[in-house]
Amino acid sequence: MSEITGRIWKYGDNINTDVIFPGKYTYTVTDPGEMAKLALEDLDPEFSTLVQNGDIVLGGKNFGCGSSREQAAFCLKYAGVGAVIAKSFSRLYYRNCINAGLPALVLPQLYDQLNKGERIEIRLDRGIVVHKGVEYHFPPLPEEIIDIFNHGGLIPHIRKILKTDSMQRKE
Amino acid sequence: MAKTFVEKILSRERSVSAGEILEIKPDFAMSHDNTAAIAKTFRQIGIKKIDKPDRHIVILDHCVPAANEKFAQNHKEIREFIKEQKIDHFYDIDRGICHQVICEEGFALPGKIIVGSDSHTTTYGAFGAFATGIGRSEMAAIFATGKIWFRVPETIKITIKGKIPAAISAKDIILKIIGDLKADGALYKSVWFAGPVVEEMSIAGRMVLTNMAVEMGAKNGHIEPDAKTAAYLKNRARVHYKPQYSDPDARIEENYEFEISDLEPQIACPHTVDNVKPASRVKGTKIDQIFFGSCTNARLEDFKIVADVLRNKKIHNHLRMVVIPASNQIYLQALQAGYIKDLIEAGAVLVNPGCGPCMGNHQGVLAPGEVTLSTSNRNFKGRFGCKESEIFLSSPLTAAVSALTGQIEDCRDFIKSSGGKHV
Ligand code: SF4
Repeated sequence: MSEITGRIWKYGDNINTDVIFPGKYTYTVTDPGEMAKLALEDLDPEFSTLVQNGDIVLGGKNFGCGSSREQAAFCLKYAGVGAVIAKSFSRLYYRNCINAGLPALVLPQLYDQLNKGERIEIRLDRGIVVHKGVEYHFPPLPEEIIDIFNHGGLIPHIRKILKTDSMQRKE
Repeated sequence: MAKTFVEKILSRERSVSAGEILEIKPDFAMSHDNTAAIAKTFRQIGIKKIDKPDRHIVILDHCVPAANEKFAQNHKEIREFIKEQKIDHFYDIDRGICHQVICEEGFALPGKIIVGSDSHTTTYGAFGAFATGIGRSEMAAIFATGKIWFRVPETIKITIKGKIPAAISAKDIILKIIGDLKADGALYKSVWFAGPVVEEMSIAGRMVLTNMAVEMGAKNGHIEPDAKTAAYLKNRARVHYKPQYSDPDARIEENYEFEISDLEPQIACPHTVDNVKPASRVKGTKIDQIFFGSCTNARLEDFKIVADVLRNKKIHNHLRMVVIPASNQIYLQALQAGYIKDLIEAGAVLVNPGCGPCMGNHQGVLAPGEVTLSTSNRNFKGRFGCKESEIFLSSPLTAAVSALTGQIEDCRDFIKSSGGKHV
């Protein structure tokens, strides 16, 4: 988890939740595999067929603006995305990424350096991204939420706190 | 130390300031058609009973009545969960849009902390509550533990001054603000709307401001409660409440002033809410459908405005007009006032209270190439169910006037020609 390598999928500013995961599916599609297939449907129809494990979605300003729908974070995770990097995130999207256990990194200085398809390496534990041998530092997650993140997302985290994680998981 | 509104309200258990992270127990938590998905996640946590069922309010509105079997199944699962968990504050498909219902039912109260698994939860700030949207997993966590973490936001103050021009409403004002500050202009911030224009505004107008605060990235929108707030809440407030006000010398990160005496009607053009232009510049754009509804602009005063324009007239014959009152109470009041009759006679289609096409589920979704003018709050690509369609956003008055000609109009022209009596 602490090391992620993948190719860049680059998009612009204000990428909203409706194009990441359309509203019309939010009550009817819940299967992770199905959700993965719908990821970025209205933005980049190629994405869901060509994305590979560990790939990185790069956005401009205000990535994930709009709805509170967390499927917009989960669908990328289910599609195999290793991390999302943006100049800035909408507040709800950022929270949803943490809750989904999907790394969301704020790195405004990196956006112009990267092109679609290039490979980068992220070292979460050291707070750096390596691109063509150059290291870029991102602000570490606040301590209070690192735990959530380390446990793989909010729900596994709550299970740890409530000590229900050792119990049999009910269907 | 001097504190802002949001610092005060989040300082219940220990004193906090902007930038700090804390865990807090919200007073109320709202979820809607997404409650089945939340319940599913809640079950994965591994406990059986939710913490304080009394804190939770569940309202069905996003696709009511169910449009197909999948939505019906979703509603069924929610009703079963409500029964199993003994959630009393449950409103089935007959009540209206969640944000309107929360306010009408007296949950949106000064000084309260309210979360909702919907981004427009910011609406309740119109009453002086701290209200913000959260994700489904976070709601499941509140079901289990009653708690959620927040980072205390910095505050931006927006002062609105001037004399409100005849054709202008709260919607034009908030569109102007979003157009200037942009979709990320208030990212992570608490936005405080103040000034003489806000004081003069009706409760419904204030709700338009806070409803759309999230469209510029705000964590919450906030208006200081006053005598109008108290009057609205009389006989409505669910529990005792205590308003909170910012200290005079509290730290405001950014101050903006808007003078609106010369403001023109505003339109948000496809496909972002901050792509705002004066109506005079998009005038003449042909439209296929008008949607008069949503949690932004489908309240009684909006119905009065639209009915006053359409009374004894016909909407353009190439146009469809879908009308959805924000709640059943508004529906009844609009019926009694004769507004519904005016709209139906003019050629509008009345649909039951709920979100309608606003999320692309049903009741007026668009076909490729179609254009809609909507009184709602979001015009993202695909929002009305079809990514090859276009959505323009406006005030109810602009929508009503445009209904007569089948194209976007500058409603000031209409007011001039009718001697100003329609506003
Ligand atoms: S009316 Fe539209 S914006 Fe409001 S709650 Fe419903 S779907 Fe969301």
